[in-house]
Amino acid sequence: MAINFTVNGKAASSEGPPTTPLLWVIREDLKLTGTKFGCGTGLCGACMVHIEGKRAFSCQTQISEVAGKSVTTIEGLSPDSSHPLQKAWLAEQVPQCGYCQSGQIMSAADLLMQNPKPTRDQIIEHMNTNICRCGTYQRIVRAIERATREA
Amino acid sequence: MHAAAFNRRQFTAGLGAVVVAFSLDPKLAPGQERLPGGLQNNRRLDAWIRINADGGATVFTGKVELGQGILTALAQIAAEELDLPLSRIEMISGDTGRTPDEGHTSGSVSIESSGTALRMAAAEVRSILVGLAANRLGTPADDLMVASGVIAAPDGRKIGYGELVAALDLKREATAKVRPKAAPNYKVVGQSVQRLDIPAKVTGGVAYVQDIRLPGMLHGRAVRPPRYGSKLEGFDEAATRALPGIVAIVRDGSFLGVIAEREEQAIKARAALHDGAKWSGGTELPDPERGYDHLLSLRSVDTVASEQRATPPPSGARIVEATYRKPYLAHASMGPSCALAEFRDGRFTIWSHTQGVFPLRLDLAKSLQVEPAAIRCIFAEGAGCYGRNGHDDVALDAALLARAVPGRPVRVQWMRDDEFAWEPYGPAMVMKAQAAVADGRIVDWQYELWSGPHGVRPGVPDGSNLFASWSLEQPQKRPLARNIPLPAGGSDRNAIPGYDLPNHRIVNHFIPEMPIWVSSLRTLGGYANVFAVESFMDELASAAGVDPVAFRLAHLTDPRARAVIEAVAKKTGWKAGETGDGARGRGIAFARYKTLATYVTVVAEVEIDRASGAVRVPRATAAVDAGLIINPDGLTNQIEGGIVQSVSWTLKEEVRFDRRGILSRDWASYPILTMPEAPTVEVELINRPNERPLGAGEASQGPAAAAVANAFANATGKRIRDLPLNPARVKAALG
Repeated sequence: MAINFTVNGKAASSEGPPTTPLLWVIREDLKLTGTKFGCGTGLCGACMVHIEGKRAFSCQTQISEVAGKSVTTIEGLSPDSSHPLQKAWLAEQVPQCGYCQSGQIMSAADLLMQNPKPTRDQIIEHMNTNICRCGTYQRIVRAIERATREA
Repeated sequence: MHAAAFNRRQFTAGLGAVVVAFSLDPKLAPGQERLPGGLQNNRRLDAWIRINADGGATVFTGKVELGQGILTALAQIAAEELDLPLSRIEMISGDTGRTPDEGHTSGSVSIESSGTALRMAAAEVRSILVGLAANRLGTPADDLMVASGVIAAPDGRKIGYGELVAALDLKREATAKVRPKAAPNYKVVGQSVQRLDIPAKVTGGVAYVQDIRLPGMLHGRAVRPPRYGSKLEGFDEAATRALPGIVAIVRDGSFLGVIAEREEQAIKARAALHDGAKWSGGTELPDPERGYDHLLSLRSVDTVASEQRATPPPSGARIVEATYRKPYLAHASMGPSCALAEFRDGRFTIWSHTQGVFPLRLDLAKSLQVEPAAIRCIFAEGAGCYGRNGHDDVALDAALLARAVPGRPVRVQWMRDDEFAWEPYGPAMVMKAQAAVADGRIVDWQYELWSGPHGVRPGVPDGSNLFASWSLEQPQKRPLARNIPLPAGGSDRNAIPGYDLPNHRIVNHFIPEMPIWVSSLRTLGGYANVFAVESFMDELASAAGVDPVAFRLAHLTDPRARAVIEAVAKKTGWKAGETGDGARGRGIAFARYKTLATYVTVVAEVEIDRASGAVRVPRATAAVDAGLIINPDGLTNQIEGGIVQSVSWTLKEEVRFDRRGILSRDWASYPILTMPEAPTVEVELINRPNERPLGAGEASQGPAAAAVANAFANATGKRIRDLPLNPARVKAALG
């Protein structure tokens, strides 16, 4: 039985087992590889997407849980990569290897939807779910602050 | 350089039947002149640069993007010398079918070696183009101006690079006799140009080997044994075959893997195979409670790294002794290692985030028992590897599986526990220092280190360094590990301090066989040796009654070294004799990476929660001299990241194991620094346009570690010499 949902505003459907992690459906069936596999256990944040506008670990979400719901991935954050966070990430040259950054941006986007003018402490507390091995943390914070100023 | 990590005498005595055209071998043919940088071993101009019909250029480099920004920096260099806009430069990197062989991207030498090659080659190509234009226009070459790939005569006639392509012949050796631009004329080099790789990384574009999708692609997984060296006795083939989507189960000796249609099917099959597999034997690991004692008992090859005796130490000199220890550290890459392989018509194509496509090809060829020419290795960026993580070994997994399904690409994605348990770690190390101080100066310096190998990589002649190859049905020989020679060094990297020490003896006890698998982790021995040397400098300063900054300056004549210390001391308002207050303190540390590359001094602040033992580093400040700076923001990003990663290593990290195997297998059992724990980092760059440009990806980690340890001592009056400075050690030190 197919599970129907929307991804980045478009109708999507999955025929696989209902327990399949959303992460694999996004990457393999929908061919949206911007969302990353980092650990598969909800401990790193690289797989973050939005479900009904709220951040979620796609590795910890079964496809059955998104039936009828809207999912947004990094590719859908803006139609032309012009989301204030993406522009800020470019302006601040945030990434080094960049592997964690899709998840970081999705995590940050959730914050700004809830709270358009977070304090630095609120940013750091919210972003605690996303690790970065290259150590770009202060650039991430600066980019989020920049996006709040320029949004 | 890593090339000389094999014994030439042994090689020529006929150990291997295959003659390896080892690309970093610095032998010169008769009458051949030495060429600078990477040109020495890749001498033709067309190996590096192609001018295209549209007037743009394609630039080929053997160095690869690890997230350190090297491709952008190399593109800047090429654009500068070719007088082309950056947008007209296409970079091709790390492909055995297309690019020069530049060995491994490691040791922070890419700017020096590939950058120098491109600088000289591009200057020469431009000069050849100008010469062709001079002929075409009937104008002396010296009167011609070049801008954006268009050559103009004084009378306004113009000719673009694209129009000269038909007459351009770059199938000739570089001469390196064309003078490149002088730094004051730079338009692109020295600018914080936006990185070429970043746009795809913030928009979810295809940017990684993990994202490659090929037609007909299958998903593979390997099943690892319980511990090193275990032998596969049997497995439950029937149970796994019954699972959905199974295409093939592959066994070769003790290598066991599975191929499925879909990723989640491959993951389930891996688990099923793992549960049903029977293994025997394998190496028992040392008792972790006695890990360092065990290390010191292992067979070592002992060399004197440096020795000098000028005057005997005066009687009455004060003797200070200290032993420092560093555990095994994991690379802990964000993206577990991944590779794709396709086997078709007797040939393999491999997509890998290896640091060395050519050396990897050599080891794959041995392991797969084919000629190297039957394999093409193509680099595709992975997550940051910080040295040899699983990137080489997953490539062999993929090739072994692909061989079973000719004509269909197989993608192997290591799981998080594979990445933690089966990558080679940074080795555990012990460092013993003893020195004498008199009248505020060091009058004798004795230093010994014990460490396993830091440079075990593919590409050596006496076997294969891919671990799965050692347990195939026809196993490959495991090569004898050798240290990387000084001055760059491996385990002894930065064991020779940059200070003026007229009486000193520095000994390296190199341990070739370690119980736990080890290889290169960012800085190699540099992190531990700088941690030890710079912690010890503070201990000596204290014994001598001298401020740490003044003490270091008293032993340094190199003006560039003095400058980075003075700069950061000034920037942080360092006050001589300042002590901490029991909970807060500051510390300083200096090193010149590999004793011949980038200079960095770091001042770190610490805050200590004495009740819990938690240490925070709220701020770190660095001064950096990397010679001529190619991309200031790129350099700053590397220094910042190195400091943050080093703080993580220094406060939190050690690989845990027990006798039965590795225990650190996920982020919970191997936590790294999180955003709330990360310092604010300020970096001051000192640009030296007349000095050669130096790589800086590994320059800040050693100094950051010692600065933190010194700050702790400054805050509390207590010295911790065992890494990491975790809460248990902190509480023990505070008593």
